[in-house]
Amino acid sequence: MSLGSVPLKYKISIDRDQCMKCMRCVDNCSYGVYRVEDDKILIDSRKCTACHRCISMCPRDAINLQERPVDYRSHPLWTVEAREDVINQARTGKIILAGMGNAVDYPIIFDRLVLDACQVTNPSIDPLREPMELRTYIGKKPSKLEFTKNNGDIDLKTKLSPNLKLDTPLMIGHMSYGAISLNAQLSLAKAVAKTGTFMGTGEGGMHEAIYPYQDHTIVQIASGRFGVDIDYLERGAAIEIKVGQGAKPGIGGHLPGEKVCADVSCTRMIPLGSDAISPAPHHDIYSIEDLAQLVRSLKEATNWEKPVFVKIAAVHNVAAIAAGIARSSADAVVIDGFKGGTGAAPKVFRDNVGIPIEAAIAAVDQKLNDQGIRNEVSIIASGGIRNSGDLAKSIALGADAVYIGTASLIALGCRVCGNCYRGLCPWGIATQKPELVNRIDSDVGAENVANLIHAWTLELSELMGAAGLNSIESLRGNRERLRGYMLDQGLLDVLKIESVGA
Amino acid sequence: MCGIIGVIDRTMSRMDGSHIKRALSLMDERGSGEGAGYVAYGIYPDYADCYAIHVFFDNLLEPKTKVDAILKQWGRIVHQEEIPTYEQPGLKKEHIPWRYFFKPYADLMVGTTNPDDDNVTHLVMKINSDVEGALVFSSGKNLGVFKASGWPEDVANFYRIEDYEGYIWLAHNRYPTNTSGWWGGAHPFNLLDWSVVHNGEITSYGTNRRYVEGHGYQCTMLTDTEVVAYLFDLLGRKHGLPSEMVVEALAPPFWDEIDEMPEKKEEFMRALRLTYGPALMNGPFAIVVATKDGIVGFTDRIKLRPLIVGENGSKLYISSEEAAIRTMDPDVETIYMPRAGEPVIGRVVE
Repeated sequence: MSLGSVPLKYKISIDRDQCMKCMRCVDNCSYGVYRVEDDKILIDSRKCTACHRCISMCPRDAINLQERPVDYRSHPLWTVEAREDVINQARTGKIILAGMGNAVDYPIIFDRLVLDACQVTNPSIDPLREPMELRTYIGKKPSKLEFTKNNGDIDLKTKLSPNLKLDTPLMIGHMSYGAISLNAQLSLAKAVAKTGTFMGTGEGGMHEAIYPYQDHTIVQIASGRFGVDIDYLERGAAIEIKVGQGAKPGIGGHLPGEKVCADVSCTRMIPLGSDAISPAPHHDIYSIEDLAQLVRSLKEATNWEKPVFVKIAAVHNVAAIAAGIARSSADAVVIDGFKGGTGAAPKVFRDNVGIPIEAAIAAVDQKLNDQGIRNEVSIIASGGIRNSGDLAKSIALGADAVYIGTASLIALGCRVCGNCYRGLCPWGIATQKPELVNRIDSDVGAENVANLIHAWTLELSELMGAAGLNSIESLRGNRERLRGYMLDQGLLDVLKIESVGA
Repeated sequence: MCGIIGVIDRTMSRMDGSHIKRALSLMDERGSGEGAGYVAYGIYPDYADCYAIHVFFDNLLEPKTKVDAILKQWGRIVHQEEIPTYEQPGLKKEHIPWRYFFKPYADLMVGTTNPDDDNVTHLVMKINSDVEGALVFSSGKNLGVFKASGWPEDVANFYRIEDYEGYIWLAHNRYPTNTSGWWGGAHPFNLLDWSVVHNGEITSYGTNRRYVEGHGYQCTMLTDTEVVAYLFDLLGRKHGLPSEMVVEALAPPFWDEIDEMPEKKEEFMRALRLTYGPALMNGPFAIVVATKDGIVGFTDRIKLRPLIVGENGSKLYISSEEAAIRTMDPDVETIYMPRAGEPVIGRVVE
């Protein structure tokens, strides 16, 4: 017996009085919602993903989108999604794939944290008139300074490890060429070069178009080792070993063969059109000492000239794992929270595995501080950072810097429709189809992304000034300047903050 | 708002407390009558090689029994007595100030190059966090803190500080905001040799506190100033940085200035900021720190609180107010205002 069709997710309608039949919607929709028959634009709403490409391109605002025009009988347990997933799996017998971040309605801790400002007893600082320091160094720091004094002249004995110098504590996370288009990656690369920060290459090698910006890239080594050779390692300003990802902790990755075009295949060093499958574990890391060995090998291969980061998904035991990583030669621990985005992940992982980044930052910072080694290693946080408020709160909880992913894609047009894994992204981001990729002009894209970084940086300066802080070091781990609003005692204890009013 | 003043006689000739009492009382405008205190160096020559441990006891029963037991376990009490006090109409005696002259057993501390100091630091942290009704507020050699809730003159008369003679004095007139005027919250704050008086609010307190806590200190005084004493102890004593360098770590030059420095200096300052970033102090403050070897005064990096320096022969004064210095020494020769973050250092000359 057929299960029949499920109700429409979105219904598109065109205001025919407004429409001037310019056909932009038809041209722009890569999902095939629109077609023309007898000079009439016909609509197949079932194909719509709510990516908004047509709406944003319509010169007459003639397109209307309605979400769930026909709804199910409401039920608190058997939500629409629960029912549709069952129907879907009854049909296919397969794992459900999903794009973008965790879509379950978990409470967002960031929204229950409030920042502090000065009144009377300490003056706030106006960043327009006074210096405001956001410069952040990512990398190993000495535990103490050793020096010798010769006739009043001080000679430094401590040798500083190479650190990345960031003009703002905000970087762009790892999104590989393959997962996103070259024009999207190029936009990000140009943007970070403009704003004095860095971006991750993802596990996909480095396309030669990125070479001019390589001093602003962090090259990634993941379990598939795609695109890795000595040339790749030497090009990056830093190297990152990716052990896990917040959107899908504990499993590997899968780039479908359709996305492996000629260029992607060359950059990744894999055959054209073949699926790029990254295994769940690194097959040379079965223990913490194996990881320490790989960190050392990478440093050895690059003359100890580059910081090496280790990225893990925020899982229950994240603090202890981070403490283990801190003991290796690694320079920074990257923690990716369970709201982190992805091109494609099994939905059951995306929505159910891992912990939120806010709790993970606090736990890692606390563990390293208890062991007296917090300042010796950097913490980079990612996974669901939406604005400068989240950025400031992440730093106050203990992060040195953050990675943003989704936010930078939204700056390129992404509307978070969540269909990245289908390779049809009408915004030219998560696709390799040349006609779609060409929709991004990397100079314009770079401008938008740089604007975003600049705007958050300005806002962060203002927030710090209002809190009477003129350097980012004094915000880092300064949980006195955070309060929890309607958080339970258990979480307040984990975050080591007081309640509002306390 | 608070008023601070410090003085050192660099030839180590000793001054009684009457002058600093007058100077501090002049700054009553900057206080609220809820806290004042003094510290003097060189006041216990008869017990110069003992740690002078000053304790506020709520009563002399359980808390004192516990403290006695702890001290006897960790060392030898050479002498102990109640600190003499004299009833003042404007001051309620809320605690019994007591002093021990104590010699720690060095062999009880392992894994340290400075077992005596580490032993005493450990005891101070232990008593202050574990023993209810006892608070150690002074623990250095040949020095003592005298503080209470009240106006400067009342506190001075309560302890009769004119009876003490020291070559360094620091004093503080408090306008409390963070904690009510409890005796433990009054300045100076002291740990071992380090004493601190502070006007201001440390907006980076949370960061600084976590840093010192990560290195074995416990903040028990409910106020931001104690962290300064611990930072000086950690950087100055344990890491061996000279005072100027400690100030450079706590109130460093801005990156823009560092970038312009000659290469060697630039590298040094960068290393200092990277290593001691969590020790950087932010927010409005003027601070004077004393050790047995001298005093150092400095302000925050943009000088949001006043600090003024006076000199007369071997004497160096650092204060919130010029008038206070002139009250103490009408013949003062030079008066100047240091720049933001610039350390002012007075060292004893042997």
